Amino acid sequence: MVHGEIWTVKELFVTPNEYIYWSVQIVMYPFMTGLVAGAFVLSSLYHVFGIKELKDIARFALVFSFALLFVAPMPIMLHLQHPFRGINVMMTSHFTSAIAAFGIVFFTYGAIVASELWFLYRRHFVVKALALQDKQDKTMREWAEYLLYCSLTLGVYDVSEESLHRDEKAIKVLAGIGIPVACFLHGYAGFIFGSVKANALWMTPLMPVIFIMSAIVSGIALCMLTYIVVMEYRKFMLKRARKRWETSLEEVKGAELHVVTMTAKYLVFFLIFAISLELLDLIFRGYTAVKSWDVLRTIIYERDFYDIFIMQYGIGNLIPLILFLTPGLTVRRAVLGVMLVLFGVFMMRWNVVIGGQAFSLTFAGFMHYHLPIIPHDWETFKEGLGGALTIFIMPFVLFYFIAKIFPVFTSKEAQ
Amino acid sequence: MKNHVFRPLFAVIGIVVLVLAARMFYVPKDFGIHERGYMYGWYRKSNEEDWKKIQVKYQGAEYCKDCHDKNYAGIKKSPHQNIQCENCHGPAIEHPSEPPKLTIDRSRQQCLRCHYPLPYPSSGRSKIKGIDPDKHNPDMECSMCHNPHHPNLEGMR
Amino acid sequence: MITRRDFLKKTVTIAGVAVPLAAFSIIDPETLFAQVAAEKTKVRWAFLVDTYKCVGCGFCVKACKLENEVPYDANVTRTWVERYVLTKDGKLYADSPKGARDGYSSTKIDLGMGKFQDIKKDNIEKAYFVPKLCNQCENPPCVQVCPVGATYQAPDGVVLVDRSWCIGCGYCIMACPYGVRFFHPVYHTAEKCNFCYHRITKGMKTACVEACPFGARKIGNIKDPNDPVTKIIRTERVGVLKSEFGTKPQAFYIGLDEEVR
Repeated sequence: MVHGEIWTVKELFVTPNEYIYWSVQIVMYPFMTGLVAGAFVLSSLYHVFGIKELKDIARFALVFSFALLFVAPMPIMLHLQHPFRGINVMMTSHFTSAIAAFGIVFFTYGAIVASELWFLYRRHFVVKALALQDKQDKTMREWAEYLLYCSLTLGVYDVSEESLHRDEKAIKVLAGIGIPVACFLHGYAGFIFGSVKANALWMTPLMPVIFIMSAIVSGIALCMLTYIVVMEYRKFMLKRARKRWETSLEEVKGAELHVVTMTAKYLVFFLIFAISLELLDLIFRGYTAVKSWDVLRTIIYERDFYDIFIMQYGIGNLIPLILFLTPGLTVRRAVLGVMLVLFGVFMMRWNVVIGGQAFSLTFAGFMHYHLPIIPHDWETFKEGLGGALTIFIMPFVLFYFIAKIFPVFTSKEAQ
Repeated sequence: MKNHVFRPLFAVIGIVVLVLAARMFYVPKDFGIHERGYMYGWYRKSNEEDWKKIQVKYQGAEYCKDCHDKNYAGIKKSPHQNIQCENCHGPAIEHPSEPPKLTIDRSRQQCLRCHYPLPYPSSGRSKIKGIDPDKHNPDMECSMCHNPHHPNLEGMR
Repeated sequence: MITRRDFLKKTVTIAGVAVPLAAFSIIDPETLFAQVAAEKTKVRWAFLVDTYKCVGCGFCVKACKLENEVPYDANVTRTWVERYVLTKDGKLYADSPKGARDGYSSTKIDLGMGKFQDIKKDNIEKAYFVPKLCNQCENPPCVQVCPVGATYQAPDGVVLVDRSWCIGCGYCIMACPYGVRFFHPVYHTAEKCNFCYHRITKGMKTACVEACPFGARKIGNIKDPNDPVTKIIRTERVGVLKSEFGTKPQAFYIGLDEEVR
């Protein structure tokens, strides 16, 4: 079986070499980079625009964005037929290709997020390093921690008021620069598809903009969801351990409704923007009715009707809008809303990537995609449900470890 | 220190320099912009030679002529004159040293490629005579009666 | 205290030393497109297909697979032949079973998913075969989108793939409007027809041109005015596939019908 043959079923007139080559991992990749960009924009809304209600979630969003950053290249590594040659993209970048932008944009973005985190947590690292320095008998683990925190200080031990003030300014600058870079990060992912003239569904100048808007939506939604889950879990655990009253009453509160409400406003704004652009694209196609319209209409209104209108627009966009716009928003309703939004954004990626390969270049044939559920070899795992789920849980796993170095809960040390 | 703000920037620049240094060892020396410019000509030049070195497998009818002169002469006088020997006998490669013997495709499928009648006006196919494979001696090889090098009915065995 | 000027000086010096000056050549339009360099070459390969002569025997596909070591039973091929049948009631039926590796020995059109459609002789308005292969475009979109420079255009116009450098992302496969690219089942790199580069550079013809008994396939040097292929392309009515994409394909078709995809 050639690559793609096992999960592709051809119907009517399809040329011999056509298969669904870009499968679920290529759906996961823009989904993940979208979360990265969105989480960062959310964090920047506090640092740049000073929206005070977002302070708690801003720190959280930045650390989560960093965890997501390491996950973002993973779908690509799983997809590549030669993953160990992936470094070639950085070594001999062919900048006429949108994918070549990957190396530069990702690295720049990573540098910005890492630098911003450094400024935010610098004082914490210094305190930790100095505390361990004074300790006389260090265990192996403590030695490792000491080395880690020493190197994380980058040799700067000045934690005077003036230096911290400079840190804040630097964060503001970085967050400001970071917003267009985050937009570029996901805009280029949209450009990867939008610039492929050979694919009638993908080719549109609107693609980069649609991708950016839905990326921001997904980033905000994921941060809200993780914030709520983590805060509620913390509250639950602290309540159970009644003896330990280390944290003050305020810090035990759980998910704050005013934080959630404020963030939801931004979510709705970007969501409406994203939907408008997608509908505009659809209306334009139907109105101009170029050669590809016959087969695209069959895909959009018949074969993929359920995936597009019920799953993506209905469950993923319309229901969350109703949930968020109806007055009296509760945390519980917000949780349902953001989960459906995330689902909607995922379906949008799916409908673009898989939908674009649902019809043949002949415009007279179709291809069905059967996602491999039960893997029976490495390929059906990595490009199947197993691979997709692994990628999806990775950010949470990484976040758990990264949060040990960059603690996200407001404590006096990390201020 | 007053300029600690630039520490992360120096770290980043350090990493970039390391990557550029690694690049000097990793990327082949002849990788660059060649005749067609950066858009279409960004590649490792020696790859052109790699492709030129691929082994030729099909040698063409002229290669077979010297040893197999009778069959060559025969087929060249027949309606099959334009069919390459290797179409039915497989690629010669370095025959007779390697492979010492070539296969002969005697299957009915081989002949049906052209001789299954397809009534397609405006295609050369409709001009080729054909048979109904289910009715015309269905369990025999075509070459039992028809000599492919001399397929005229006079040459029937 | 370091001044802004000093800082900038230091950074630019370090960065400038690290970045080779040659990198800036990519913003020079002449180097980017190198039209001048291309005009200097003496050979530019072009292909000619005569769809009147093609009978769908499939010898070309078989020869190509064996010559270029594409696994015979794999459902991918560097070249293939499509069958088009247009019926009197205005419908189009088209197929390409196994890329016509075994020719066409049935009137039943392969509709995929195990279904077939038999078309009665009286219902056929026109029907023909169309061989397809890489067009070695003058503006190849597949080369444009390769992120690592693994696929490229040689000075004589043939688009090649560097098997040792290709990362297997599949972007070139998605970018080709003609569907000629695929992943090689053994090498796991992008693969496509390369005009049998190892043969034409030795003065031989491509495997498919040589194998075709009916003269439906021809290859020539379009820069040579005395080449028979060049003469036909210049003086007779020929067409190309999907010219609206601006790829400037170099495979020319005699008898290209409006229904061909």
